[in-house]
Amino acid sequence: MTRTCPECEGPVELAEPVRLSEIAQCGDCSSELEVVGVEPVALALAPEIEEDWGE
Amino acid sequence: MIRVSVMGAAGYLGGELLRLLIGHPGVEVAQAISTRFPGRRVDSVHPNLRSQTGLVFSAPDDLTDGDVLFLATPHRTTMTLLPGVRDRAGTVIDLSGDFRLPDPAVYERYYGVPHAAPELLGAFVPGVPEMFRDDLAKADLISVPGCMATAAILALRPLAGLVGPDVQIDARTGSSGSGAMAGDGNLHAERSGAMRVFAPSRHRHEAEVTRLTGLNARMTATGVEAVRGVQVVCHATGTAGEREIRGAYREHYGGEPFVRIVAHRKGAHRLPDPKLLSGSNYCDVGFAVDGDRITAIAALDNLVKGGAGAAVQCLNIRTGHAETLGLGFPGLHPA
Repeated sequence: MTRTCPECEGPVELAEPVRLSEIAQCGDCSSELEVVGVEPVALALAPEIEEDWGE
Repeated sequence: MIRVSVMGAAGYLGGELLRLLIGHPGVEVAQAISTRFPGRRVDSVHPNLRSQTGLVFSAPDDLTDGDVLFLATPHRTTMTLLPGVRDRAGTVIDLSGDFRLPDPAVYERYYGVPHAAPELLGAFVPGVPEMFRDDLAKADLISVPGCMATAAILALRPLAGLVGPDVQIDARTGSSGSGAMAGDGNLHAERSGAMRVFAPSRHRHEAEVTRLTGLNARMTATGVEAVRGVQVVCHATGTAGEREIRGAYREHYGGEPFVRIVAHRKGAHRLPDPKLLSGSNYCDVGFAVDGDRITAIAALDNLVKGGAGAAVQCLNIRTGHAETLGLGFPGLHPA
């Protein structure tokens, strides 16, 4: 099934059956997304550790 | 088969044209024209083409008729030779700077000399398929923009109407943009490791960007430690938010075969980086929004989407081939 990325509104493909807490990645903005609900399916940004590029 | 010839075939852009055209399934390369190397094998100057072609350079006076003529000849020279070769092909695709600006006064301001063929200015369609696809399909004279101009135009075009009129472009370019002729500034000892701001203001590509985006573009250009590649970082102001900006890029480029939107949250390459585009015809565009500051970024290979690849893409459109024919390969990684 296809859902909308909560970050960039791009399409996100999810394999069925969708399970709670699964992680998906948006192809448009690369955000990691967590399935936070299954009836209906809902996505939220997954918590992440900030990367440091030597700034 | 479309019969094509390349003038200025010994230079870096000429060599890149030959690399793409020799591998193009709808094209026959009839002649590679060079003033310096007539009679020499093409692969003696472009060794990457060994086993790909037995072609020998021809002198300019030996140019024969064909379907498409590519001009990869120097700025200020092309305008003097074009009138003499115009009738040798149905379509001429020029990669020099001489026919990019329709106003002769603007040309003289940026190139320092009066234009030698002002009657032909304005007859050329800009070689930007993302803007002029319908015009290119019937164009007999095509002028491919400069490499940094192409990057900046593709980065900024979706923002027209969303940002204020003044835009500052910080452009970085690899050494192959300087051409294949030796000079004091191109010595390895001088170039290696340098970050040379060679145009702190008024780089000539800013006139092309202004013309094609409607924005008041100002450009700084810096030579960096790379052989291929261009990156532009464009600073603008506006009130649009991130989703509106992303939506504008999607609207313009969602169906484009060679423009990719790269504005990612994760990974080592979150925004456009020419390192990933080496040898490919892709232009990556991206953005960042911080309050009223909008930063647009684009990257491409200066010899491909910034020159020879764009020219072949225009040839495909003009001759009715699939637009991606001979160009669909990705860049190298790692490179």
